[in-house]
Amino acid sequence: MRCEEIALLLPEAVDANRPVALPVQRHIESCLRCQAELARYRRMLRSLQLLRTQFLEPAPGLLASTLAAIEEASERRAIQSVLTGRRLAYAGAIGGALAAAGATAAAVLVHRARRRAAIAH
Amino acid sequence: MAEHDTTGGRDDLAELVDAAQDGDRAAFDELVRRTYVDTYTLAFRLTSHEEDARDVVQEAYLRAWKAIGRFRGDAQFTTWLYRITANAAYTHVQKRRRQRTVPLDDVHDPAETRLDTSPEIVADSTAGLEELAVALDRLPDTLRQIIVLKDVYGLPHETIAHETGISVAAAKVRLHRARKRLRDLLYDGIDPGRSEHAV
Repeated sequence: MRCEEIALLLPEAVDANRPVALPVQRHIESCLRCQAELARYRRMLRSLQLLRTQFLEPAPGLLASTLAAIEEASERRAIQSVLTGRRLAYAGAIGGALAAAGATAAAVLVHRARRRAAIAH
Repeated sequence: MAEHDTTGGRDDLAELVDAAQDGDRAAFDELVRRTYVDTYTLAFRLTSHEEDARDVVQEAYLRAWKAIGRFRGDAQFTTWLYRITANAAYTHVQKRRRQRTVPLDDVHDPAETRLDTSPEIVADSTAGLEELAVALDRLPDTLRQIIVLKDVYGLPHETIAHETGISVAAAKVRLHRARKRLRDLLYDGIDPGRSEHAV
């Protein structure tokens, strides 16, 4: 294998848990140029991992504005929840009223029908 | 850059998460207080833009508050939050791309894109971290997101693929390209593919 071919494989080969094909391994073992290149990738990866321990300080106000946004969202959710509850209550009340009106209308109709039948007899 | 302790109090975080899942807003606010620097750091590394990072942090915590009841606890809270932040950053960057146009004057000539650092200084020690951060900033959004999530934060390919809306295979290809591009920026000081499109 040539160094140029190996160079294309190194970004993946640098992963410690990734098995490297035997010809690639043999080439690297015998090639100082590719060893140096692999070492660069390893250093780069170590530095990237170190970056995880470096924290960036946000500008003042981020915490306050984030908490305020959550507060606002919570209030909205609470209002929606109340409205949903009220809608259900209204729907229930309307349904109940309609049922009652229907029952009353049915009772009136039955009563009238009986009266008509009694008069006819 | 600053050192910041996020390792202490994992048990405390778990207690706060439990309380927040029961609807305790004060507990969730405390979770925000303890994690927002970490979340901001990730958001900034993903977006390379302070204002965008702030928007992503807010969006991430709003999503977390809405979804805290569904957090199962099979991963750490911080890992769960990283996923949400990654997804919020992805959505934000997509939106930003649609809204912002780059003036022609701002398009870099690949030949002129060089880092003002010598290869010997870079990455030999933690002293190279600033240069590494600068090089990361120079990567296209799609490549930077992958390398930050995988090589800095250690998220698995499957998670990255899910949160950034690509396949696992595409995530692997992007990581390969990102490492190669970052290596070129750090050690050769050039950005050979600035005008290329990521997968």
